[in-house]
This record gives sequence, C-alpha cells and structure tokens, in this order.
Amino acid sequence: MLRRFFPILAGLLVATAANAADVSLLNVSYDPTRELYADFNKSFAAAYQKDSGNTVTIKQSHGGSGAQARSVIDGLQADVVTLALAYDIDAIANKGLLAKDWQKRLPQNSSPYTSTIVFLVRKGNPKGIKDWDDLLKSGVSVITPNPKTSGGARWNYLAAWGYALKKSGSAEVARDFVGKLYKQVPVLDTGARGSTVTFVERGVGDVLLAWENEAYLAVKEFGADKFEIVAPSVSILAEPPVAVVDTVVDKKGTRATAEAYLKYLYSKDGQEIAARNFYRPRDPEIAKKHEGAFAKVDLFTIDDVFGGWTKAQTEHFADGGVFDKIYKN
Amino acid sequence: MTAVAQRRSLPGFGLTMGLTITWLSLMILIPLAGLFVKTAELSFAEFWSTVTAPRTLHALKISFGLAFAAACVNLVAGLVIVWALVRYRFPGRRIFDAIVDIPFALPTAVAGIALTTLFAQKGWLGAPLAALGIKVAFTPLGIFLAMIFIGIPFVVRTVQPVLLDLDTELEEAAECLGASRWQTIWRVILPSLTPALLTGFALAFARAVGEYGSVIFIAGNLPNVSEIAPLLIVIRLSEFRYADATAIAVVMLIFSFLIIFVLNRIQHWAQSRSLATA
Repeated sequence: MLRRFFPILAGLLVATAANAADVSLLNVSYDPTRELYADFNKSFAAAYQKDSGNTVTIKQSHGGSGAQARSVIDGLQADVVTLALAYDIDAIANKGLLAKDWQKRLPQNSSPYTSTIVFLVRKGNPKGIKDWDDLLKSGVSVITPNPKTSGGARWNYLAAWGYALKKSGSAEVARDFVGKLYKQVPVLDTGARGSTVTFVERGVGDVLLAWENEAYLAVKEFGADKFEIVAPSVSILAEPPVAVVDTVVDKKGTRATAEAYLKYLYSKDGQEIAARNFYRPRDPEIAKKHEGAFAKVDLFTIDDVFGGWTKAQTEHFADGGVFDKIYKN
Repeated sequence: MTAVAQRRSLPGFGLTMGLTITWLSLMILIPLAGLFVKTAELSFAEFWSTVTAPRTLHALKISFGLAFAAACVNLVAGLVIVWALVRYRFPGRRIFDAIVDIPFALPTAVAGIALTTLFAQKGWLGAPLAALGIKVAFTPLGIFLAMIFIGIPFVVRTVQPVLLDLDTELEEAAECLGASRWQTIWRVILPSLTPALLTGFALAFARAVGEYGSVIFIAGNLPNVSEIAPLLIVIRLSEFRYADATAIAVVMLIFSFLIIFVLNRIQHWAQSRSLATA
C-alpha cells in the first residue's frame, strides 16, 4: 500500500514546494503585545503572500521581557525578538546571537512604535490622582510590577524618577521620591499583565502604573464606566525595540522573511495597526491621524535623562542598585 | 548485607539495579550536578556573599519557615481528615475522598490564581477578613495558606492506606486489657501511624519549599517581606546572573536534603520502635 502511494506523496510534496514556499517565523515578544501582533501578523501574512507568493505562518510567544530574552539566549529559536526594552536585546547580543549594533539597523533606534507610562484609576478618580505627586498622598495604594522581573516596570520606575528629577533638579530628591512611591506599593507582580489583573480584576489598589496601550486596552475591555486614564504632566518615551536574531535566521534560511516582517512594522499598514492597538506610531502622517487618541504628555527619553539603558540598568536595577536599596530600609 | 549473599528470592537483581542507577543518574543526579557545576563559577567568597545577603536569608526563612509551619498544620488536619474518611461512613464520603486529590491534579498556577482571587481584599473571603483587619493576599499569611493547600493531599494519601490496614484487633485487645479510648489512641494507634505521618509531613514540607506557581500570585513578592526563595532565583535569572541563581538553588537543595534525611531517620526509628512494641 505504502509503496504504491509513495510516488504520489513525493510528487505532491515536490509540487507544493515548487509552487510556493511556506515560511514559518517565531516572534518572541513581551506581555502586552499579544493583541498588537495577533492583528499585525494577519496583515503581514496577506501582504507577504501578495508580494512574494510565499505563505508565511508566524508563531507568537509572550511573557515577561527579561524571561523571554533568557529563553532566546538558552536556545529558543526566535527569528525576531520584539521586546520591552533595548537592554534585553543587548543581553542576547552579548551572547553573540546577533550583531551588537542591532539597534542601528532599523530606523528610530529599531523602535517602530513607542508608548509611555500613564495612570489607570477607578471611575470618577476617587483619590483625585492628577500627577506623580498625588501617588505619594497617604492612603493611595499604587500597583506596579517588579522592575527586577518586568521590563514595563522598569519604564514605570524610570518615568517616576525622571519626573522627580525634572521637577527638582536633584538626584537626591528623585531617589527619595521613588523610595516613597514604592512604600505605597502593596504587591509586586512579576509582569505587566499580572499587575493589570491585580488592579482590574482583583480590585486591589487605587492606581495602576501602566503602559499606555495596556491602559487603553483595559478601558476598552472592561468599559469606560469602570476605569479612567490619567496622563501625568511628564512621562518617559518608552521605545520597545525589535530585531532579527542573526544566528537563527541564518541557520533556518528565513532572513529575508524576518527582515521583511520587521520592515512592515514601519509601513503605513504596520503603523496603522500599531496605532489601532494604542501604540504611538512613528510615521508622522499616521501619528497626525491618530493624534486625538493619545494624551499630550511631556516626554523625555532614557538617553537624555539616564544616559542609555546599560547605565540605567547598572545604577538602578542591578544587584545592590538603587531599587535594592529602596527595599533595604 | 547477608541478604545479598543468600540466594535471592526474586531474580534480576543485576538488571534492575543497573536500570535504577542509570535512570536515577539521568533524571536526577546529572541535572543536579549541573546545578553545582554552574555554581562553581563563583568563588567561595562570592557564593557566600550571595547566599548570606540579608534578602536571600529572608527569602529562605520565608520559604522554609512557612513550609514547615504549613506542613505542621497539614499533619494535624490531614490526620483528622484521614480518620474521618477511613473510620466513618457518611453521605458524600467518596466525594470528599476525591476532593482531597484536587491540589495534586490542579495546575499550581490555577490554584494560585483561585486563592488570590478568593483572598484579595475584594474577594469572597478576603472582604470579610479585611473587615476584621486581617490581610491575607499579598502577605506571608497568603503564602502560608497556599502552602497548606498544595500540601494537604500528601499527608492524607500516605496515612490513608496504613490506617486502612491497621488491625482493629489491636484496638480491641487494648480495650479488653482496660485501656481507655485516649490510651488506645496514644499508645496503640498513633505509634503505628507515626512513620506514615512523618513521610506525609516530609512530602508536604518538601513540596511547599519548592512551590512557585501557587504561591507567586498570592505572595505579594515584596523584598524582605513576602519574597519566596524560588522567586529570588527567578529574579537572579532575569538579571542574567545564572551562577547566583544556582547558588541559592544549591542552598535550598542542601537544606531540603538534610531535612528530608533527618525526617527519614526519625521515621526509621519510629518504625522500628512501633515494630518492637507490636
């Protein structure tokens, strides 16, 4: 039986291979991009098939940004990584999986979309939270994940620090401010999505420090009758970066597709999808179109205030850094 | 070792022993050796400062201390549950018997999420408790509860068969000889159950020490307050500090091994004693 069918089967396989290649990509990402990439992958697959005739299947993997980077280092075969912060991709680059200058390969620091940190409060804003200073008022309970395990949490922390620094001009004051802020935090979840669940579903806390897109998603999902978004006067420009993992795409022969995938993030369609998922688009035209959707916030970059990720990481989040000292007392 | 020298009653000792050693090495010893190899990247001074850092010590204290307390609670509660299930007939007994296994079968993360939802300050149990001024979720008390939850079946399932097999004639004999009900329990029943109770205790304790999924959601994870040692290992890993992570793991491993070893010795002693008195 098998012998009779074998030539037919082999013929079929050769025929499909000759017609169109089916490429498979793995995108290793962080927690709050689930919805964004579910949307984006569909659009990319359609566009890619039209352009090249090849079909592409994209698998998504989500988790805490640092943990995801670690999986890639340990051998998870990611064609592309789309993580919460450059530091995590740097860690992969340091192990030789991609070129160290990866961040220069795509426009705008390899960050096709940006976000910022905003506050999510309960309907009617019962504690009257308008800006960062209000978070220190007594009786206000703040929800944010653990910066040690969550990339998003590091943005939260740095946003608070940057605000206090800008306002006072003194690192001393900023440190004191952040120290007091974490005294108001009753629970440190390990990831951004975990904190959202704690705040939204368990009803813990008065304010959630969240990615802007995560806050919009929560409002969309649970209704504007339950939550409100409060944009602080000053916040950080969060630039989640993307990169192709050289060693993996060269081994699998998927470089062309992987590069096309990331470039598509910068296309009009890609930018539109990012905006629809509440990420701030880079493309000026698309940004203009969605201007009304995002609050006007005075945004500073990590390079301006902290001298880049590596420096911020060693000073604040490494063992014995400022964050550890906050919890020593 | 006279047993080996004598003619064995069952054949195949060489083969089974070979398989045992191979399997244990592949599945347990080699992975654990890897842990030590990775840790050996640290100098002894580095290792020592990692494992004696106040935060590490606190996390170890939380993990081992609360696991021990939870195992103690499970020892008593488990015994009561087994007693009721084995010695009495009541409606729904089989259902209760099945419920005991749920913590075994449930994915630990599900247990953690369920417990946290229940005990969060707006949860069904959390709200009334909060009104009394008791905070459970996001405190060490929450960790303690989660550890009780995942540990209870170990005590029940190790003691149950022993209690079922316990010869009722012994109790009858004790009563005939004039022992009171309490004397029968203290001097006849409990000694026979002690080895099984200790095994259950050791298993419940070991499980709680290493528990991550069910604890992580309810713990609150505040450093020096409610941070468990397994979370600290995960944190070290997220800092890409593998050797520091394995250093904490090695300490946990050694402690657990010592405790289980001691419990085993006690169990052995109890067994020989109960055999001697019987």
